[in-house]
Amino acid sequence: MEHLFTNLATALTGWMITLGLSPVWADVILLLVKWIIIITIITLNIIILIWLERKVSAFFQERLGPNRLGPFGIFQTIADAIKLLTKEDIVPSAADKLIFKTAPMFFIVVAVMLYTVIPMGQGMEVINLNIGLLFFISMGSLSTIALLMAGWGSDNKWSLMGAVRSVAQMISYEIPLAFSLLGVVMISGSLNLQDIVAAQDNIWFVILQPIAFLTYFIAATAELNRGPFDMPEAEQELTGGAYTEYTGMRWALFFLAEYTNLVAVSALMATVFLGGWQGPWLPSWLWIIIKTYGVILVFFWVKWTFPRIRMDHLMSFSWKVLVPVSLGNILLTGAGIYFCQWMGWC
Amino acid sequence: MFEFSAFSLYDAAFLAIGGVTILGALGVVLFRNIIYSALSLVFTMLGVAAIYFQLNAGFLGAIQILVYAGAISVLIIFAVMLLMNKEARRTNLPTTRTKAWFAGGTITVMMLASIIAAVGFSEWPKTALQGVDNSVGMLAELMLGDYVIAFEAAAILLLVAVIGAIILAKGVENK
Repeated sequence: MEHLFTNLATALTGWMITLGLSPVWADVILLLVKWIIIITIITLNIIILIWLERKVSAFFQERLGPNRLGPFGIFQTIADAIKLLTKEDIVPSAADKLIFKTAPMFFIVVAVMLYTVIPMGQGMEVINLNIGLLFFISMGSLSTIALLMAGWGSDNKWSLMGAVRSVAQMISYEIPLAFSLLGVVMISGSLNLQDIVAAQDNIWFVILQPIAFLTYFIAATAELNRGPFDMPEAEQELTGGAYTEYTGMRWALFFLAEYTNLVAVSALMATVFLGGWQGPWLPSWLWIIIKTYGVILVFFWVKWTFPRIRMDHLMSFSWKVLVPVSLGNILLTGAGIYFCQWMGWC
Repeated sequence: MFEFSAFSLYDAAFLAIGGVTILGALGVVLFRNIIYSALSLVFTMLGVAAIYFQLNAGFLGAIQILVYAGAISVLIIFAVMLLMNKEARRTNLPTTRTKAWFAGGTITVMMLASIIAAVGFSEWPKTALQGVDNSVGMLAELMLGDYVIAFEAAAILLLVAVIGAIILAKGVENK
C-alpha cells in the first residue's frame, strides 16, 4: 500500500517508454497526469469540504445543517454546484470586462500552483523543488493581485473597498507568515519540503517551534481571508467585498479557489509542523490526508467560534504583535541552535 | 514520425516564456489604460521569474515573484488607483511633446546599442555549466560573509527610506 502511487507512476513511465516515447516526453506526460489528478482531487474534495463546513458550522450553532438531500444531506453541495453551473452569467455593464473575467481564472490558477511542491507522501510530489517552501510563499503572495483585479474590475464601491482591505491585510500578514517559517528552516537547514519532513523523523516541529506554529496559524487564517479575519468579504458590512458583482460560475471559481488555498495551507502546516507524511502503520499518503483534515477542522472551529475583528485592530495586531513575536522566535531559535551545539547535543 | 529531443523541448519552453515576457513589456508601454499597463507588468515579472527558474536559479525566481510580482506591482496598482482622477481609458496616452519623444528615443537607442554590443562582444562559454544544487546556501554565505557590510548598509538605507516616507506622510510636529 505504501508505494501504491509511486509504483503506478513508475509503471506508467515504463509503459510509455515501451510505446516508443523518449524518456523526456514520458516525464512531461507524467507531469500532466499528476496535474490532472491533483485538479480532480481538489474539485472532488471541495464538494466534501463545503458539506463538512456547513455541518460543522451547524453543530457550533446548534442547528441541523443540510439534511434533506440524501443521508445527512451529503448531496446538498452537488445540488448547489449544479445550480451555480446553470445560473445566468451576469457581467455588469460598467465593469471592465477583460479584468472582470480574468480575475477568477487568475485566482484559481495561483491557488492550484501551490500544490506543485507539497509532498503528498513518500516520494510523492509534482516537482521536488529545492526551494519548495519559498516557492509556496511567493506563489501565495500572487493571489492579492487577483483580488485587486476583481475589486477594481467590478467598478463597485463595495468591491473596491473589500479588495483594498484584503490586499492590505494579506501584505501585512505575509511578513509574520514568512518569518514564522524561518525558525523551521533554521533547524532543518533546508527549504526543500521533503527534507523538512525528513528532519521531523524524531520530533515534530510543533514541539520545537510552538511560537512559530501559533504565529503561522494566525497569519495563515488572515492570508486565507477566513473568519475571524474575513474583513474582505464581511457580508454584513461590505455585502460580499470583492465578490459582490460576481454570479454563477465566476463566483463559484472564487469560492473554489478559497477552499483550494485552505487545503494547500493546511497541507503545508501538516508538512512543516506536524511531521508531514510520517506516521506509524498507515501508508504515508493516508497520513498526510488525515493530518491535513485535522488542521482544516481546526480552521473551521476557529472560524465559527470567534466574532469578526475590526480592521484597524487587525492591522495593528499584525505589525505590533505578530511581527515582533516572529522576529523574537528567530532570535530564540538561533540562540537555541548555538546552545545545542555548544552543549554537544547536536 | 519526427523525433523530439530534450534540447528542443527546453527551447520551446524558453520561447514561450520569452514571448510572455516581451508581450507583457509591450503591453506596459502600449495600453491606453494605465491599470492594464500595471497588470501587464505582473506578467513581465512572472516571465522573468520563469527565466530564472529555467536557468536553475530557483531562489532568485521565487524572490522575483515574491518581491516584484507580488508586492511591487501591487504597490504600483495602489498608487495608480489612488492618484487617478481621469477616465481610466485615457490614462496612459502617448505623449505629444517632441522633447519627450526625443529624450525617450535617445535612451532607447543607447540601451539597445549597449545590449547589442554586450551580446556581440562577449565570449560565451561553449559548455553549459552544471547548475548549483544548493544556491541558497551559497548566496547566504556570500551575503552574510564576504559582502555583509554592503548587505547591512542596504538594509539601513531601506530603513532610512521607510522613516523618510513616514515623515513625508505624517508630517513633523512642531513643538
